[in-house]
Amino acid sequence: MDMKVAKKKLGMKERYRALTRDLGWEPSYQSKDALFPYVKYEGIKVHDWDKWEDPFRLTMDAYWKYQAEKERKFYAIIDAHAQNNGHLNLTDARYLSALKIFLQAISPGEYAAHKGFSRAGREFPGVGTQVACQMQAIDEIRHAQTQIHAMSNYNRYYDGFHAFVDARDRIWYTSVARSFFDDAMSAGPFEFMIAIGFSFEYVLTNLLFVPFMSGAAYNGDMATVTFGFSAQSDEARHMTLGLECIKFMLEQDPDNLPIVQAWIDKWFWRGFRVLGLVSTMMDYMLPKRVMSWREAWEIYGVENGGALFRDLARYGIRPPKGWDDAEKAIDHMSHQFMLGLYQWSFGTSFHSWIPPEEDMDWLSAKYPTTFDKYYRPRWEHIKKLKAAGTPFKNFGLARLCQCCQLPSVFTEPDDPTMICHRETVYKGEKYQFCSDGCKDIFEHEPEKYIQAWLPMPALFREFGGDVPAWMDWVGLRDGSDNGDYDGSRDQKHFNEWRNLATSNR
Amino acid sequence: MAVTALKEYIGVPRDSIEHFGGKQIVYASWDHHLLFASSLMMCLPIDMPFGEMVNGPLTALVAPDPDSAALDWKKVEWMKDNKPFTPDFSKSLAENGIGHKDQIRFHTPGLNSLLKVA
Repeated sequence: MDMKVAKKKLGMKERYRALTRDLGWEPSYQSKDALFPYVKYEGIKVHDWDKWEDPFRLTMDAYWKYQAEKERKFYAIIDAHAQNNGHLNLTDARYLSALKIFLQAISPGEYAAHKGFSRAGREFPGVGTQVACQMQAIDEIRHAQTQIHAMSNYNRYYDGFHAFVDARDRIWYTSVARSFFDDAMSAGPFEFMIAIGFSFEYVLTNLLFVPFMSGAAYNGDMATVTFGFSAQSDEARHMTLGLECIKFMLEQDPDNLPIVQAWIDKWFWRGFRVLGLVSTMMDYMLPKRVMSWREAWEIYGVENGGALFRDLARYGIRPPKGWDDAEKAIDHMSHQFMLGLYQWSFGTSFHSWIPPEEDMDWLSAKYPTTFDKYYRPRWEHIKKLKAAGTPFKNFGLARLCQCCQLPSVFTEPDDPTMICHRETVYKGEKYQFCSDGCKDIFEHEPEKYIQAWLPMPALFREFGGDVPAWMDWVGLRDGSDNGDYDGSRDQKHFNEWRNLATSNR
Repeated sequence: MAVTALKEYIGVPRDSIEHFGGKQIVYASWDHHLLFASSLMMCLPIDMPFGEMVNGPLTALVAPDPDSAALDWKKVEWMKDNKPFTPDFSKSLAENGIGHKDQIRFHTPGLNSLLKVA
């Protein structure tokens, strides 16, 4: 006999509703304001949280299934890489400098993003928002873990990988990325979403992950390619979430526009400054280069960024304030920054080097208006100093920018022969900056940035200028982790092992 | 309010002078001499004479530049707070009005070996 059985399984749509919107109960013995105390002070007005659409409508059970599948593939490839001495398939061990910077500066950023999204998921009242933030929080911790696991294999063979956690907190160049996240995490939940969802995911992911992963593939680093692929599908979701948040704020109330615009101005510039490290990686650190920093900027900055701002123009958003200054810096920043990294390489937990002649020719071709005119003469002089047995080390430590914390290596937007000097006095104390963009950010919220822990002053404030003691503290082993690649242990080992792998010697 | 916060919030400056044990930070930059990627940072006694700073740490730091041999400290044009400034070499940094985290610049027209300046 046929009996009509009650439907046991919920459809996708019903399941989504049950796992998200049904969680949004009305509080009875506490006020909403008491439950969500951080959602109003930034000035963003929200009238209807249900208008927040989560673009992916992913439920937790589906999420676990997808991510578990990706993890299985990821760890299978990482195992194969380790067992087959994958590190000897690299084009050259110089490539590892890019990887070391990534591990010291960016992977801990993924972990920071995880903490931030856990917090944002708690602080937003809307259920769609809470669920989206929760998933992104899990994604971010997964990215930190997979990156660390993928790169841990290199730590067995090469210097500079062992102390990335200490480096993240203490060494000078990583404080750029660290301060970016500290700034975001000490802001309110809406600003956090712009900082990470817009700046980190949109501005940085395109220009960091895409060229970085192609660079890894070009240079034979399958471990890194694998974590790149594993993260890529998450990134698409994150970018959509960031954009959804911007649109939601702009659609909820016209008063939100100036606040959102100011955040876009600020976080574009902060993101652009973090990209300083990426530009050196693309133009100098990849033995086999994918494209120049200028070419990457054209595709991912000008084209993709331009399309984004055309899309947001209907809400009244204009391109970020620092956009023109950024464009003027593109043909200079990688050279200015790499020259800095080389002369301060006694204090870096990775190697740098004088570009070989063929690299310089490539740079002249990619930067026809700037490299030969401004930068090649400096490299040639540095080469001469090295040949004379007096390699150039700049023991005048750098003036750091109070906002982005980068050494102030950048020149005036319209004069590449003059360092950009900007300063201000707040409550009787002097502060120095690398650019108008960073000075503006400081002057908007000085009470925040006067507390910045700047690594260079800290070397004198906390160590009385004792560089060896500082090296111990940051986990930098003098003579092996730092200095010129030419003559380093990494160079020696890579060449020996590769010879063993590819010949009978 | 000087920071977006729930209630009044006062920050504490991290690098104020009392943390530097009687010394102060001074930044120096040689205009158009970009072999040095950034301004040079020095941590110096507040009562150090200006001339001692110039002939000591500053001279040592700029030595790698090919123009350093031709550098005549008595002839350079000085700036402080990005404005022209005439230091007294025999007086201390403090007496010259050079405070903690101040930046001085020096300009040497005609000395441009590594960088063509328009």
